[in-house]
Formats: sequence, structure tokens, C-alpha cells
Amino acid sequence: MTAVLQISGLGKTYKSGHVALSDVDLSINKGEIFALLGPNGAGKTTLISIVCGIVTASAGTVTVAGHDHARDYRAARTMIGLVPQELHTDAFETVLATVSFSRGLFGKPRDPGFIEQLLRDLSLWDKRNAKIMELSGGMKRRVMIAKALSHEPDILFLDEPTAGVDVELRRDMWQMVHGLRERGVTIILTTHYIEEAEEMADRVGVISKGRLILVEEKHALIKKLGRKTLTLNLAEPLVTVPGELADWKLALTGDGHELVYEFDSQAEATGVPSLLRRMSDIGIAFKDLHTKQSSLEDIFVGLVHETKGEAA
Amino acid sequence: MTANWRGVRAIYAFELARFGRTVWTSLALPVITTALYFVVFGSAIGGRMSEVGGVPYGAFIVPGLMMLTMFTESISNASFGIYMPKWTGTIYEMLSAPLSPLETVIAYVGAAATKSVIIGAIIFATAHLFVDVQVAHPLLMVGFMLLMAVTFCLFGFIIGIWAQSFEQLQVIPMLVIYPLTFLGGAFYSLDMLPAAWRTVTLFNPVVYLISGFRWTFFGKGDVGIEVSMAAVALFFALCLGVIFWVFRTGYRLKN
Repeated sequence: MTAVLQISGLGKTYKSGHVALSDVDLSINKGEIFALLGPNGAGKTTLISIVCGIVTASAGTVTVAGHDHARDYRAARTMIGLVPQELHTDAFETVLATVSFSRGLFGKPRDPGFIEQLLRDLSLWDKRNAKIMELSGGMKRRVMIAKALSHEPDILFLDEPTAGVDVELRRDMWQMVHGLRERGVTIILTTHYIEEAEEMADRVGVISKGRLILVEEKHALIKKLGRKTLTLNLAEPLVTVPGELADWKLALTGDGHELVYEFDSQAEATGVPSLLRRMSDIGIAFKDLHTKQSSLEDIFVGLVHETKGEAA
Repeated sequence: MTANWRGVRAIYAFELARFGRTVWTSLALPVITTALYFVVFGSAIGGRMSEVGGVPYGAFIVPGLMMLTMFTESISNASFGIYMPKWTGTIYEMLSAPLSPLETVIAYVGAAATKSVIIGAIIFATAHLFVDVQVAHPLLMVGFMLLMAVTFCLFGFIIGIWAQSFEQLQVIPMLVIYPLTFLGGAFYSLDMLPAAWRTVTLFNPVVYLISGFRWTFFGKGDVGIEVSMAAVALFFALCLGVIFWVFRTGYRLKN
């Protein structure tokens, strides 16, 4: 895998003294979909803004396909498309004019055929002569994406692409992202929605309080940090967990109707068969049972909670 | 990599299209203003003034009137041009585009200066309806007009970057440039002032600019043409220097 974006030792301290990013190292592979997860104010947008040239870094370097993003900014920026979080648009411009403008701004020759196809792909072609102020929020979001893609970037940044977006557009967006990846475009997205990262990303990075606390291949992450829970619905409620079952550290929930056992699904001995045997030995019967694999969301909440605890 | 002229053209065309949307008010305004000034200064007052330094008063005020309008138009157009993307947030796209600071300035200032020169030309043409104006040094006059338009657009660009509200955007053109121009001999010769006031007036930088432009019309001004040229060059260099600093530091453009 070749890295298309290399970030080393990146830091940003604002004039107010607020440290938005500190010592971030990140390498993005060509053609991958990378999701940057983190709570509000974690530094996701600052990170993207530095790479795109909107915010100046206080420390560290960024190279885009070998081009230093400060010294060789033309080559670096030509490769990047950015869809910002906010809907910043020229209200009086038409869709076609604003998207064509973006292509020119990035130094690409006019190509009406390409722009037409782009607008068609984003269901904007019918609205091409509409002024942007006449469009709905979702349509404006599509315009922002069309602008970012107008100069055929190799790397696309999507900053909270589906915040406040309806189901249909979200589905379209996911489809579009997969389509772009097939054409070799590298995609870096930030999101609050864990399901989005789970659905789309190849790798996940978790950022909290300006630090990149984890970067991991998505499935490996879920496997590594994921825990499973076994819930047993008891035939008769219990008042306390019997002493004979103390080894399993069970939790009693649902007014004594449920026994919950948390275990590591990767471990050699999960402890499930022995638990069930012991229960039948001491005569505790259950009506039903189910297991649940922890989601990326559980992992994320756990991680962010941990770093918050450390900081406090 | 080579210069991004397509990017420059995109911004230039975008800005001209913005002017195009208000083309009738943009064009009618200088015509009406010129006509009003000629009615008031040219006919009502000018009738009693006959000549200033051998030049009929009606013709005498033409260069001053052109400069007055071009100064304010240049500043408001150029400052608005860069302030709007800051205000709407679309500046993110300029900042992330492969454009050098110089290219950005050429695009914005070039577009605003184009509009100023067009307005200056309209005033000049309109003035011909009222008075007979001969230009002694046509090439110098056009050169002076271009340089003034560019310089004041650079100044406007700086104001647009500095301004953080619409009020700040208006404050310099209305409270500083307009009075300085009015008191800078746009409609009178410094010879007409008492000696003490003449000295005070010489501290007004706009005097040198208007005097120089008038010189290209009539071959004489309140100060020598060399002094005017030096003043213009100084102001131009000063604006360029500030802009260079703005882009180096990212002042009010980047965090």
C-alpha cells in the first residue's frame, strides 16, 4: 500500500492558547476510505483544515503524494477536494456556474461534458440553472460535493457529510463514496455517526482532545476491542447471583430476570459452556439466551470516555 | 508548477459577473452623479467662477470628479469582493485552491479595477455632454487612471480583509477617503485657499493624486507632476507591502 497522505507531528495551538491538535501522525493509503471519529471539538475539522490549507499548522508536516503541502502547495492542493461541514455557498450563483467556477479555480480546463455527468450523478442536472439560494439544504449539500469533485481530485475530504441530511441523500452519498473509491479516489471523512464509519470505512481513526488515540483497520478493531455479552433470561427470578457462579462475574439485571455475562470472544476459553453446565448443576433454568457483539459505537464511547477520564 | 491562470480567470470572471448583475445601477449611478455635480457646480456655482488658472471651471472639475468617484468605487468594489467570501464562508474554497497570493490579488483587484476604469470612462464621456474638455496628455491620463484604479482597489482589498463587519467595510471609504478627496482639491485649486489652509492641505495625500491627474488634462496642477507620480508610486508600494504581509501572516484570512 502506498501512502497518498502523510501527516507527521502535526500540532495546532490557536492564539487563544487552545490546543486543537497535538502531535498527530497519520498515514492514509491510496484508495482507502478512512473515517475520523471523535466528539465535537476533538480536532477533526482542524486536522482537515490544515491539510487543505485553510488553517496554518503550528508544528509538523503534511505531504500529499510526496508534495509538501506548504512548499509545494499547488501540486498538493490540486489533488485535494474538500466538502466542508457548513453550507458555504454563493447564494446568487447558479448551480452550473458555481461548479464550473470551482473547476477553473483549481486550474483545470473547461470540460462541460464532465460537469454535466457530475451534476447528473448528483441529481443536480435539472437544477443546473437554479440559483443556489432557491435550493433546499440537501440540494445545497449536493452542490458542495459537486464543487469539491469538479476538479477531479485524488483525495476527497468529507467533513461531516451526512450531518442533517435525509435518508435518501445519505444513501446516495454512501453509494457515491463507494463509486469514487472504485475509481481510485481516496476518501477521508469525519463523522459523529458510528454506523456511517461502520458502513463505509476501511480504517478508523479516533480523535479526542486533539490527539489521535487510535488508528485501526475497522474489522480488526471490532475484533480486538469488541466484547460479547451473553444474556440469559431466567425461568425464575433471582435475588442475588449465587456464590457458585462468582467466577464468571455475572450481572443480574431486569429485576432479577436476566443474568448477563460479558466475555472476550477471541479468548480460547470463553467460559460459556462451563457457565451453562454449572447453572444446570445448581438448578438455575433459563427460558432464552442471546449474545451480542459490541459495535464500533460501544468501542468508541469506551475509548473517548477513557481519555476523558485520564485528562480529568 | 506553473501559474494558475485558469484560477485567476475564474475569480475575475466571477467578480465581473457579480458587477453584471447590478449593471444598470452600477452604470446609472456615475452618470447621474456626474450630471448632478455639473448642474450644481458647473452651472449654478460655476457661472460665477468662470476660470481656474486659465481653465474653465466646468472643465476644471472633470478630473476631480472622476477621481472622487473612482476612489470610492474602487475601495467599495474591491473591499466587498473579498469581504463577501469571508462573510459567507466561501473563502474556504479560495484558501484551499492552488492559487498563489499574488494570483488571488491579481484576480480580485484586477476585476475591481476594471469596473473602476469603466466607471471613470463613463464619467468622462458624460462630462462631455456638459462641457468641452481637452486632454493634454491622453496616454499619461489613461496610465494615471489605471494606476489610480489599481492602487485604490489594492487599498480596498486590504480594507475587505481587515473588516469584520459591514460597518467597518463602510467606515474608511465614507469617513476617510470621501472627505480627504473632497478637501483634496477635487473641486477647487489650492491657490483659492488662504495660505495657512494651503499648508494644512498639503498633508492630505489625496491632493497629490488629484493634482497629478489634473496635470494630465491641463498640463498643470497644484504640485509638480513628479511629486504626484512619487506620491502615487509610494501609495501603490505601501498597499502592495501590506498585502504581502497579510498573506505571509494569514492576517484575518487564516487561523
